[in-house]
Amino acid sequence: MIVSDLFLLALKTIFAQPFRATLIIIAMTIGISSVSILTALGESARSFVVGEFQALGTNLLIMMPGRSETVGGQPPVLGETPRDLTLDDAKAIAQIPLLKAIAPITIGSAPVSTAGLEREATIMGSSAALREVRHLDLARGQFIPTMDFDKAAPVCVIGQTIKEELFANRQSLGEWLRINDRRYRVIGVLGNTGQSVGVGFDEIVIIPIASAQMLFNNYSLFRILAEAKSQQAMYQASEQIRKIIKLRHEGEDDITIITQDSVVQTFNDILLSLTLAVTGIAGISLVVAGVLIMNVMLVSVTQRTAEIGLLKALGAGRRQILALFLTEAAMLSLTGAVLGILTGQAALHLLELIYPDFTFILPLWAQLAALLIAVVTALVFGVMPAYKAAALDPITALNRH
Amino acid sequence: MIALENINRCFEVGEQTVQALNDINLEIDAGEYISVMGPSGSGKSTLLNIISLMDQPTSGRYFLNGEDVTRLQDQQLAQVRNKNIGFIFQSFHLIPRMTAAENIELPMMLAGIPVKQRKSRVKQALSQVGLSERAKHLSNQLSGGQRQRVAIARATIMQPAILLADEPTGNLDSHSGREIVQLLEQLQQQGVTLIIITHDADLGQRAQRQLHMADGRLVEQ
Repeated sequence: MIVSDLFLLALKTIFAQPFRATLIIIAMTIGISSVSILTALGESARSFVVGEFQALGTNLLIMMPGRSETVGGQPPVLGETPRDLTLDDAKAIAQIPLLKAIAPITIGSAPVSTAGLEREATIMGSSAALREVRHLDLARGQFIPTMDFDKAAPVCVIGQTIKEELFANRQSLGEWLRINDRRYRVIGVLGNTGQSVGVGFDEIVIIPIASAQMLFNNYSLFRILAEAKSQQAMYQASEQIRKIIKLRHEGEDDITIITQDSVVQTFNDILLSLTLAVTGIAGISLVVAGVLIMNVMLVSVTQRTAEIGLLKALGAGRRQILALFLTEAAMLSLTGAVLGILTGQAALHLLELIYPDFTFILPLWAQLAALLIAVVTALVFGVMPAYKAAALDPITALNRH
Repeated sequence: MIALENINRCFEVGEQTVQALNDINLEIDAGEYISVMGPSGSGKSTLLNIISLMDQPTSGRYFLNGEDVTRLQDQQLAQVRNKNIGFIFQSFHLIPRMTAAENIELPMMLAGIPVKQRKSRVKQALSQVGLSERAKHLSNQLSGGQRQRVAIARATIMQPAILLADEPTGNLDSHSGREIVQLLEQLQQQGVTLIIITHDADLGQRAQRQLHMADGRLVEQ
């Protein structure tokens, strides 16, 4: 039998039973579209989060006080409380030649006010290097000037939201901003950065690190961010930082160092397995579609018993009957799969209209996999009915009316 | 051309064994015109099924053109059927969603004959049975006689040596029935071996060789 004839015969059968065909196609469409939508959501979430972390900086090292490990008991008997990470530590680390830039950070919250307007804002104390390390854009003015870590200066850089809310229709550069009971001159306004890994730079006020320590009367650093010269340098620098801290902290390297790529990798892994899990759940609908295919095909075999008998009388062997039924099932589910992918794409476009900030991508591999899975499902669940048809005794089949 | 040697065919019906064919010995030469008659349950259809390779005997040997076909596998049997045997059924067995032309084309599709050749042969076959005008009609748009003529065209399209007709006029009025018989006899005169199974004594007596069956045994007259 010529392959094109096989398709032609299957196509004729499909068109002869539009209701039956529609049922199978709908089931497959639902299955494939749910799989592709959920895969796309998972994939998009993954690339969004990974992108966020990559946008954090390049070859970034994040140091924080304390070490995540199990010591085996409560301080002070067995364990011990971690020592603070101080500006002196930061200065020592800054000596490492493998590092391009280093930015110590303190974070606090305080009321900020000007000309009778007041709101609560996050105050970040840092150095000039923060701009480079975090790839921050300035809308106007200048960033915190380069100076010694322990030198305080009454200047601040404000985020877009702070600028809009406190300096609504007036010039902000050069104006005084009151934070708690101290005054700082606005020297720069940050560009519109939006959310960046949970830190809203739009609602932040950045002041020199020493000023922030004075403001909050707290000399422990929240984080130290450092940008290494290369990826290789990042790993080496991490080792050197540990050594320096060990020397400075009485023999304990009681800090946690996170390299940016490990964060990216971790989130990538977590979200990838999440995507796969969600896809797997959606895959159940494909199994349901498969069972429906089997059911409908079985009914079809029963209805077409006489016809199968006739085909056998006319010279169709088992293999040809098997091929005919499997082709029919595969064509139906492939149509369903294509419709499913289109439905999925349409749904994703709709989501993009609703959430314009978020890009939804249905990766090509997912689309190809969906098509493949649809055909495999059809073949797996179509084998039983097709085999039943092929095994029919031609005489009994012909005599059944 | 057809040689049956000691053919037996038993069916298990419940706990009983029914001997549908009992030690059948039969030789049929190419081009013969044979009728098989007998009451219901005498084994006529079983004999036809064995000859047409739709069924296998319980014991005995069947030679078709000198080849022992009792040993063939399903796929080979299907090919032998396709090339050597044409079927005509009482209830026509046309596929309702296909046109007359497509129904006739079906055995050639199964045999894998190229499309171009198929189209010209279908055209020829349609004109032979006088249905050139009805090529694009579905079977429910045709009369009983026309449907049986389509079935005959389908049965002969592979130019088989043997035509098996099981009550070919059973579902037709006498006028259409006569036309169908004439068509079949015409084919027989062109050299096809024609085997007709019938209850109809008038039809049966037209054959040159008449076989009667009773209780699974063959009685030649």
